[in-house]
Amino acid sequence: MVSSTAVGFLASDFPPDVGEFFTPALFGADGWLTKFTLFLWIGTALIIVFFLVAYRSPKLVPSKSQWMAESVYGFARDGIATPMIGHDGVKFAPYFATLFSFILLTNLWAIIPLVQISPNSHIAFPVILALISYFLFIVVGVRKHGFFKWLKITVVPSAPWYILPLVIPIEFFSSLIVRPITLSVRLFANMFAGHMILLVFTLGGFALFGAQTFLLKPVGILSWVMAIALTFLEALVILLQAYVFVVLTASYISGALAEEH
Amino acid sequence: MVLAELTGSASAIGYGLAAIGPGIGVGIIFASYIQSTARQPESARITQQWVWIGFAVVEALALFGIAFGFVFSSNTPG
Repeated sequence: MVSSTAVGFLASDFPPDVGEFFTPALFGADGWLTKFTLFLWIGTALIIVFFLVAYRSPKLVPSKSQWMAESVYGFARDGIATPMIGHDGVKFAPYFATLFSFILLTNLWAIIPLVQISPNSHIAFPVILALISYFLFIVVGVRKHGFFKWLKITVVPSAPWYILPLVIPIEFFSSLIVRPITLSVRLFANMFAGHMILLVFTLGGFALFGAQTFLLKPVGILSWVMAIALTFLEALVILLQAYVFVVLTASYISGALAEEH
Repeated sequence: MVLAELTGSASAIGYGLAAIGPGIGVGIIFASYIQSTARQPESARITQQWVWIGFAVVEALALFGIAFGFVFSSNTPG
């Protein structure tokens, strides 16, 4: 039986606000260790250990963990890099595989019970990931074409000359300024909104369950059922966002590598 | 005399309005994908990644709505 004080405490937290994303500090004089730091580290360590263990003694007939590691890499290479970029894409496949598994695992903390918050729901983490991809596709393009030709490919579309004064600023804005912003905000806002939706239904369940009117108690239970159903939807979003981040990075790189048209 | 009173944040209504455009856009994207695969099933693999790219680009607008609702609210901590 849930005690009524606990229900009242959780119900008083409804509606959830931005404060839910500033979890209490776990350790340290100035509280530097939070849930975010901790699970970012654990996630990173899990990926490193998993890939090291899976590839410690590679066999021709792979073991189960080797098969899993090879599927992740194979998916990044044959599912994203080669179809999007072409033959040159193979050398970006390690980066895509790393990016995909990192985003997938850090996102996955959002639905793992008792953790249930993703480091990516703080904008700082997606921004760094987006900046790495941003500098990667610029550097790759400049190295292939040289600075001025790369700039021409990036900001000057094939259009009649009289429309160029209008189109060049738009192209410049969209491919050099907006790209890293949308890349990071997309991941951040998905994890932020996902966490917020789960909070609304869970805490809303407590608020309805603790309500004075007896008739509202079943609605509270319905709200918890919805929270569980939305957790499965969140699992889909997590996978999709990891995939979309990598596919967009691949598409930007393929745009930077494309021959002049 | 107060006839009707609304408390809370009007940004919820604003976000509802902001989500109309991306909602229509995402609908068009998947409708086109279904239509194209129905007409030409063998093209499904080729167009799939462009579906996700288009979906992600359109969806970004709706997500900006969520983010900016909090960014421009006056009671953001920190």
